[in-house]
Amino acid sequence: MTGVFSLLPEGRPGLLEPLLSGAWLSGSGEDLPRYLAAGGYAPLPEPGRLLDRIAAAGLRGRGGAGFPAAVKLRAVRDAPGLPVVVANGEEGEPGSVKDRWLLRHRPHAVLDGLRLVAAMTGAGHGCVYLSDAPAERAVRRSLAERPTELRIDVVRTEHTYVAGEETAVVRRIDGGPALPTAKPPRPFESGVGGAPTLVANVETLARIALTHARPEAAEAVAGAHLVTLSGTNREGPTVGGGAALAEVPVGTHLKVLADLCGHGGADSVLLGGLFGGLHGAGWPDLPLDHDRLSAAGGALGCGALYFLHPEDCPVAVATEATAYLAAQSARQCGVCVSGTRALAGTLTDVARGAADAGTSDKLHRWSRGLPGRGACGLLDAAARVVGTLLAHFPDRVDGHRNAACPACAGPAPEDGRRFTVPVP
Amino acid sequence: MKLLLDATRCQGYGLCQEPAPELIDLDEWGYAQPRGTTVPEGGEEAAAAAVAACPNSALRLVK
Ligand code: SF4
Ligand code: SF4
Repeated sequence: MTGVFSLLPEGRPGLLEPLLSGAWLSGSGEDLPRYLAAGGYAPLPEPGRLLDRIAAAGLRGRGGAGFPAAVKLRAVRDAPGLPVVVANGEEGEPGSVKDRWLLRHRPHAVLDGLRLVAAMTGAGHGCVYLSDAPAERAVRRSLAERPTELRIDVVRTEHTYVAGEETAVVRRIDGGPALPTAKPPRPFESGVGGAPTLVANVETLARIALTHARPEAAEAVAGAHLVTLSGTNREGPTVGGGAALAEVPVGTHLKVLADLCGHGGADSVLLGGLFGGLHGAGWPDLPLDHDRLSAAGGALGCGALYFLHPEDCPVAVATEATAYLAAQSARQCGVCVSGTRALAGTLTDVARGAADAGTSDKLHRWSRGLPGRGACGLLDAAARVVGTLLAHFPDRVDGHRNAACPACAGPAPEDGRRFTVPVP
Repeated sequence: MKLLLDATRCQGYGLCQEPAPELIDLDEWGYAQPRGTTVPEGGEEAAAAAVAACPNSALRLVK
């Protein structure tokens, strides 16, 4: 069971609130008349003013990198050629559900955002890119319910870790496989059919729509985050807890988020889906904030957090994470195939107590040398899991040389099931 | 000038390193690892030779 919560102060506009209060539900979807009454699909006579408002509010992209939305919009608008805009709803992180939830339950907010970014960039064509079947049905239903001036295609992709990476998105829409390409060029320079292309995460688009409907609340809208919270969920009275989708103000302490989903007893956390590494002592006081988490050697990424309990072994979690990433490698870059295999294989040795004195040195060297060498961020994610494991849990790593660890018995599953959260 | 490697194309032949040992390292699996993207002054010729040496067009030079 995945719960849905809002921690936004009373009266602040949010993406979850109307559905939590039940106000907008008609059947299983967003109710169009109510969406319109709340300011949805309002005319946009001056696209430049909305762009300035987004810039002033400091809205950052919600796909993972946290790049300022206005900078990306302007780059696409100013590039030569007729732009294309893409709503990216393909969330590859197994521990994140927010994007599929938004497409299933707030499709109008996403489509509204898409037609707004098309107006701001001068685009002539839009795409919704996704793999989730219920999300596709909701989007198609909404498009039929309220056709937009913009031509919008729905492009279905496969669900993999890298399918939502922006160059993979472009390649798939152009009829190829959903695999990343080397950068430069980035999609804003040369994307779909060679046109300057905005690939925008669906939460970013929904926030842009909400900013347009509630201009007075632009900063609050830009300062809220959808997060997916989960943790080790075992049967039993002492350990447990569930998963949650929540909308929370920027700066919320991670301890508050652990409590919210029943993981108040956690003693460490895996950040950013699998992208932000493992964090131990001091994590409860870290604020949910791109810059502060980066400064702590982590990353907010797509806002997915996985909580570990004292009974969990960080080595086991890191081994599962790297084994999953190795299995998800798109096998395009030799360094990624060899690098993820080396990381996962060597961690498996550590977990089984088969490490020797040189093992940690090897892991240290790879965790520092591999980031940035693949065409996409998958290799970086695996390197960060290992680097943060060594930095924050050196005693737990060493302990495996002296005594067998029950949590690490058996081969690490490659399916990522431990990290997978069901969409609420 | 910048020397860029397309990691999806690098097959680890190692041929690029011979003409440009001060620009390119090979990692323990044989894949090319440019020491930096910006080509240092005087390194342009070696960089161009590395680009030409790669049978898989994995390297390119951009202004
Ligand atoms: S880094 Fe890995 S996952 Fe990314 S494109 Fe290269 S092989 Fe594929
Ligand atoms: S010659 Fe080309 S394929 Fe071989 S290592 Fe160098 S860049 Fe890679």
